[in-house]
Amino acid sequence: MDFLVFQYPMITVQACLDGILLGVLFALIAYGMALQWGVMNIINIAQGDLVILGGYIAYFMYLYGIHPAWGVIVAPVIMYFVGIAIYKLVINKVVDRDLFISILATFGISILFMQLMNFAFGADVVLANSGYGTTMLFDSNVVLPNSKIFSAFISILFAACLVIYMKKSKLGRAIRATAQNARAAKILGVDTEKVYAATFGINAALCGVAGALISITFTIHPYMGLPYTIRSFMIVIVAGLGNLPGVAMSGMGLGVFEEFADYILGTEFRIGSVFLLLVLILVYRRFKLSRKREYLK
Amino acid sequence: MRLNKIILSFVSALVILFSTSVASFAKVVGDKIILGAAISLTGKYSSNGVHTQNGYNMAVDRINSMGGVKVGGKTYKFDIIYYDDESNPKRAAQLAERLISQDGVEFMLGPYSSGLTKAIAPVTEKYGVPMVEANGASRSLFTKGYKYLFAVLAPANLYLDVAIETAVELNGGKPVRIAQAFEQDAFSQDVRLGILDAAERTGSKIIIDDKLPKELNDMAATLVKVKQMKPDVLVVSGHTKGALTAIRQIAEMKVDVPMLAMTHCDAAKLSKQHGKNSQYALCASQWHKSLTYKDDFFKDGMTYAADFQKEFGYDPPYQSAESSAALLVFKDAFERANSFDQKKVRDALAATNMQTFYGNIKFAPGGQNVDKPMVLFQVMCDASGSCENKVVAPLKWASAKLIHPIPKWSER
Repeated sequence: MDFLVFQYPMITVQACLDGILLGVLFALIAYGMALQWGVMNIINIAQGDLVILGGYIAYFMYLYGIHPAWGVIVAPVIMYFVGIAIYKLVINKVVDRDLFISILATFGISILFMQLMNFAFGADVVLANSGYGTTMLFDSNVVLPNSKIFSAFISILFAACLVIYMKKSKLGRAIRATAQNARAAKILGVDTEKVYAATFGINAALCGVAGALISITFTIHPYMGLPYTIRSFMIVIVAGLGNLPGVAMSGMGLGVFEEFADYILGTEFRIGSVFLLLVLILVYRRFKLSRKREYLK
Repeated sequence: MRLNKIILSFVSALVILFSTSVASFAKVVGDKIILGAAISLTGKYSSNGVHTQNGYNMAVDRINSMGGVKVGGKTYKFDIIYYDDESNPKRAAQLAERLISQDGVEFMLGPYSSGLTKAIAPVTEKYGVPMVEANGASRSLFTKGYKYLFAVLAPANLYLDVAIETAVELNGGKPVRIAQAFEQDAFSQDVRLGILDAAERTGSKIIIDDKLPKELNDMAATLVKVKQMKPDVLVVSGHTKGALTAIRQIAEMKVDVPMLAMTHCDAAKLSKQHGKNSQYALCASQWHKSLTYKDDFFKDGMTYAADFQKEFGYDPPYQSAESSAALLVFKDAFERANSFDQKKVRDALAATNMQTFYGNIKFAPGGQNVDKPMVLFQVMCDASGSCENKVVAPLKWASAKLIHPIPKWSER
């Protein structure tokens, strides 16, 4: 245990800001997960691996001399089609089955992606340098890498665009209708098959954006996807489906929680504390549900 | 029907052929000494696994083309059976069993990484198979009393203690304040033990002692503490991801620290991935091509590096060099034992005392090489931004003078 974070008030400020910037990025990934979970009732274990794949797209652009920030435009386009392909090949066969089958299927996709990425890109840890500087605050006691600020800004931008798209566009309305009641939507002429494919594609595209941002801010590695899956899963179960402000808040909350866990318990417990929190929340929710005598499908 | 019969007999013939050819893969066949190795060709260690395999292959070709191994007046050539352990310790142990009990291998080469070597060592020990390994540096490998394990490299606890001693020396012999962050794996924790020893020896104080997770890609918290507490030395070890993450975040957060010491800089291709931001980082290395050790096969480090570059198209990391050295050790031991008896070869290995291009090799009773110090190099960049690793310690091999303290970010 280390209470340095309380002895130096600037560390507290630093931890909060770092946590919020990080949390916004998590929220973007979680929003994709919430969207497809809500529409298709599929928990995508391969979420984190899609993120990492998006990161590699930005990384390769960087290798070929293109600024990796362009990755936030290129990666979602490519990932959208990757998402559609995954849907056509695997997901459409499990979409109406129970949750367990879809978890197994996406778990399989996750393993496949990890190995393929390892095979194609190698096991080296890589990163893309954005060359963005640093912002110093409070007499340079608090430092914020501009890459983190850029990530948070882009995440908010994409989330906002998506919200507007879901509200205003025809496809957005169809997606929302399918989420509410797939059968009714079908009867009213919505091509649910198309909606499912588009939803999975949009989710993959969001992962692509997040991945590109992660390659600029942190590092990527073929086997680093799972922590992102877990984080987004957790954010979604705390916030609930189809609750964007909730996802954003719970994302930032998780970010700050992680930072403080890092300072107080030590970096080695950073991911561990997320898992612990997940277990606690699941137990709490179960407890609450059993009290309410309701069953949530 | 007849066709079916033909196919059936064809297949069974193949099976028989295959099984006999497998059975004939034993120890020393004709003029071949067959060594076995489980190497990580896929999985998370695959890049270093390939460096290891390239190092082994390069030495096999070189020794074979320069006359092979002379035992009992006859000349033998080396050959290696490789299996892919998928970077998985369980698989590695299974493959070691398979190499020994099915393929009849009587001498083994090590896998990549301490963790996998730890998985294989009990198996080779059980069968009394001598294993020369080049990529397992964890101290715990050498404290178990293994009799058949020999490592050509220096143990992990010696990786960075030179850095602490250098820092104390530069501080006028006065103790220094150390901040350290280590990944939680066997290797990095051994490096940490070495630092603790060095700190105790020099009376230095450890003011930050962080552990990093396996999925490490953010160590901002540690660096914020470093910024606030201003230690004299920052030590980071967490394989390639530790080195890459540290440099990225130190540069982004403009953390000023007089000395930064790390491991795995060359494997992480720090100077390539980070350019000028990696400047002044001190890195522990088992080997550097500019060292002036010599042998008859590869001549010296520079020649080895040039030959390796020609064959594989990249500059050899130390993982390749030490792997090549393992075969030189085997050749030397076979010739001194003048026999293929495992016990005799084992005793000959234990009595090894030789110089290779990679360094001097002499094994302690625990199996580690005690005759080769670690080297420290510092990343140095010129005005055009191209960076190079220059040896700065020990002084005997230094090709450049250590730059200390590291200039502040505001002055760069």
